[in-house]
Amino acid sequence: MKTRVIVTLKPGVLDPQGKAVHHALAGLGFSGVNDVRVGRLVELDLADGTDDAAIEDMCRKLLANTVIENYRIERA
Amino acid sequence: MKSAVIVFPGSNCDRDLATAFTAIGGSPAQMVWHGETSLPEGIDLIGIPGGFSYGDYLRSGAMAARSPIMHAVKDAAAKGVAVLGVCNGFQVLTEAGLLPGALMRNANLEFVCRDVDLTVANSQSMFTARYGEGESIRVPVAHHDGNYTADEDTLDRLEGEGRVVFRYGCTVNGSARDIAGIINDAGNVLGMMPHPERMIEPAHGGEDGRRLFEGLVEALA
Repeated sequence: MKTRVIVTLKPGVLDPQGKAVHHALAGLGFSGVNDVRVGRLVELDLADGTDDAAIEDMCRKLLANTVIENYRIERA
Repeated sequence: MKSAVIVFPGSNCDRDLATAFTAIGGSPAQMVWHGETSLPEGIDLIGIPGGFSYGDYLRSGAMAARSPIMHAVKDAAAKGVAVLGVCNGFQVLTEAGLLPGALMRNANLEFVCRDVDLTVANSQSMFTARYGEGESIRVPVAHHDGNYTADEDTLDRLEGEGRVVFRYGCTVNGSARDIAGIINDAGNVLGMMPHPERMIEPAHGGEDGRRLFEGLVEALA
């Protein structure tokens, strides 16, 4: 069972990497980019029957640092 | 004073920290592998060293913070054993929940490696008792993820409770309120990005880091 966890910086947390990518896009001539935030995608291959609570637990205990990051779970 | 230094795969300042503990503490620091589940008996001081534990995979310090030995480190910290985390060690302590906040990528995205001026913002802690309040000291930094961040309430609380013990004298990495080192609520856990163990004898170019260890030895005697 494929599951994706998308980890993003919380709104308001400064994202220096996103800023640099934004700057580089502007340098390449792409106009109209208002902001860039860079996150992380974790693909999990889980045993059938793994419940949502277990995935939530994985996110809170390791995959995301909830001090600065939010996470979103997408089940295939 | 009995001390131990935790060694993770990718630690690279473990021997520097052990040298400082041994030279100033008077007895050899014990090296403890991250896969161990207990610490040597009667330990007074635990060092979490700098480096790139687990190759900084996922987030700096994230994997190390979940390694088996950290359960024992948390138990010891809760019992009042002194814990000093330097650089990657600071990142490990925040990831482990022993200190609040997080260390993010430096604001200018650059690895910073140079001597910096620090201000001793609280000289009452067990780690800073040998320094003067507001004293300026010079200690090296070498990191990519030293940009300390926490929510405003946490920052206010840290400052209000005197838990910010070191501040940068100038902007180094974009850290909130120029925070370079903080202690926990009980005052026995310090995390700091600069490396005091790299400034303990004249051959290092200065000795400003030495008094941190001397103060600790005195406090733990």
